[in-house]
Amino acid sequence: MKLKLERRAAPSALVSGATPVLAVIATMIAGGVMFWALGANPAEAIRIIFWDPLFGDFASYTRGQLLIKAGPLILIAIGLSLGFKAGIWNIGAEGQYIIGAVVGAGVGLAFYPTESRLIFPLMVLAGAFGGWAWAMIPALLKTRLGTNEILVSLMLVYVAQNILASMSTGLLRNPDGMGFPGSRNIARDFPAAANPELIAGTGIHWGVVAALIAVIFAYVLMTRHRMGFQIRLAGEAPKAARFGGVRPRRLILFTLGMGGALAGLAGLFEVAGPAGQISIDFNSGYGFTAIIVAFLGRLHPLGILLAGLLMALTYIGGELAQTMIGMPAAAIQLFQGMLLFFLLAMDVFANYRIRLGRTEVKA
Amino acid sequence: MNLLKSLAGATALALGLAGAAAAQDPVKAGFIYVGPVGDGGWTYEHNQGRLAVEEHFGDAVETIFQESVPEGADAERAITQMVLAGADIIFTTSFGYMDPTVAVAEKFPEVKFEHATGYKTAPNLGVYSARFYEGRAVQGTIAGRMTKSNIIGYIASFPIPEVIRGINSAYIHAKKVNPDVQFKIVWAYTWFDPAKEADAAKALIEQGADVILQHTDSTAPQAAAAEAGNVFTFGQASDMSEYAPSPRISSIIDNWGPYYIARVQAVIDGTWESDNTWDGIGPGMVKIGEISDAVPAEVKAEAEALRDKIAAGEYHPFTGPLNKQDGSVWLAEGETADDGTLAGLDFYVEGIEGEIPN
Repeated sequence: MKLKLERRAAPSALVSGATPVLAVIATMIAGGVMFWALGANPAEAIRIIFWDPLFGDFASYTRGQLLIKAGPLILIAIGLSLGFKAGIWNIGAEGQYIIGAVVGAGVGLAFYPTESRLIFPLMVLAGAFGGWAWAMIPALLKTRLGTNEILVSLMLVYVAQNILASMSTGLLRNPDGMGFPGSRNIARDFPAAANPELIAGTGIHWGVVAALIAVIFAYVLMTRHRMGFQIRLAGEAPKAARFGGVRPRRLILFTLGMGGALAGLAGLFEVAGPAGQISIDFNSGYGFTAIIVAFLGRLHPLGILLAGLLMALTYIGGELAQTMIGMPAAAIQLFQGMLLFFLLAMDVFANYRIRLGRTEVKA
Repeated sequence: MNLLKSLAGATALALGLAGAAAAQDPVKAGFIYVGPVGDGGWTYEHNQGRLAVEEHFGDAVETIFQESVPEGADAERAITQMVLAGADIIFTTSFGYMDPTVAVAEKFPEVKFEHATGYKTAPNLGVYSARFYEGRAVQGTIAGRMTKSNIIGYIASFPIPEVIRGINSAYIHAKKVNPDVQFKIVWAYTWFDPAKEADAAKALIEQGADVILQHTDSTAPQAAAAEAGNVFTFGQASDMSEYAPSPRISSIIDNWGPYYIARVQAVIDGTWESDNTWDGIGPGMVKIGEISDAVPAEVKAEAEALRDKIAAGEYHPFTGPLNKQDGSVWLAEGETADDGTLAGLDFYVEGIEGEIPN
């Protein structure tokens, strides 16, 4: 006997819809076993991760934090999903996020301590431009020289990190910072450039608003606009796309550019708001996690919205599990890994059916 | 809009609850770590300090911690959640937590905060750090005596005053016992990255360094030195005794336990006040790990004598005559550096080659 995977003609709609739910349940079970093995009460650990951030004792605080954490993830993932749909793989959102933050914060800090309503909008434009420009490097190299955008965009992350370190200890260093690395704190000390909470206690800042706008924008683009049609066509049937008049170069420049601009925006909103300042460790992996969020959300704008919130939930809940019941950080990362593992595994069942077949005996 | 209003209201409620929780027994102490507790260096020693608190107070104190907390927005949340979980005093153990700690301290005036290696204080926020440069003086002495190639490698982390103090102190004292000594400095731009630290160590060894000092927290340089052979190293932040007696011939150990115990005791007694603590070998915040048998007895005795003189307050590692790198006078004969200058130190002393990256 052996197991055989047989591709379904069309993915089962029922299974497709149910897989994320099944994956979460499977994660709870497997994760529960792990927490039990670590000496915790599994039911309590699962409750702390999935329930407490939303409805626990400190939910009024953690709910806002969910939005702060989900905002940049969703914003970046939406941008990435456009390219991924078309088969254009921008892996370097982390770098575009950094450069967006550096350029945006740099523009803002250049005006310190001017008080003008124009500074923040200018920074938003600069942040988007920074991310866009950084993404144009792999885009132009691909369209002009045919290089692989996966490698170039990924390598540029490391370049961006070094630029960030250099800016933190050099050009953007706080002149009043006693020689320590890191820029002035924009959120605390420079109100005209700050991206504050719009309604106290909700966690909603301009970046969260931008993420919601991006979701709607992407939805309209993908369902109503000619560009969205071309993106889907290029991804699903590249040859047909070429015959159908899709210009691949334009598509590459558009999708990588959008991905970069949205990642740059996310970086700008983060540096002017929750993070507050440019520092050597400013980036904390949003650009990479957003890749996971994009796929978790099936590259669909509404899916990405939900996936971003779910991912944020495991982060916030995971932190609670650390402080409340002393779970190690590594166990939380493992738990997040399980979620993705089970989601991908469940996807196999949506796209394939399993056949039990007899092994053919050969003489 | 209603939802938002109710959320805002609930926040106020939670803040009130946290205030009430803070008054309950036992006292709860929270620790925010920048690395994993198993890093074998910086975070490991802070966690040893936490365990010392637990052991000292038993049931009277409960401790909580969160490890690998990124510096920035995540830190502010981690600290806030500890307050909400009822912490009475919170130690944030990395420089990058400075502004997040200040922000949370403003919101919760009834909770005490202690930030390591920073400089911003408030009525409910104190700062503490250790005079690691005192340990560097001892290291420099041993390094100057032990090098045969007269090239000492230095794996630096970030160009900040603390690291620059360490380089200067080690150089001054290596030069004192060995006038031919030369320092090669590699900036790793990390506190903890075994791969980068190993690369840095290998590069230094290739350039002829046979003693390597590090201001990074992993044991990767020790491993690289062991592999190369005939290269000596020093444990950083933690003893790293698994590499003794060689390549690790001594170490600087951060000893936070006594300070943490004292500060938690002050919270229990209701005598806690914002402080600015900068302790060295004397009060025991900096310890010199055992000097191994790979070091000749007379060098060991010389290093230990220096350690004891510093501990007794008879000798300051930055005592003139000392010139800055550009040749201008920094400290006149017999003059010692004041804490203000040391806190913001941004230049090399005369004789060190290269520039501080900017």
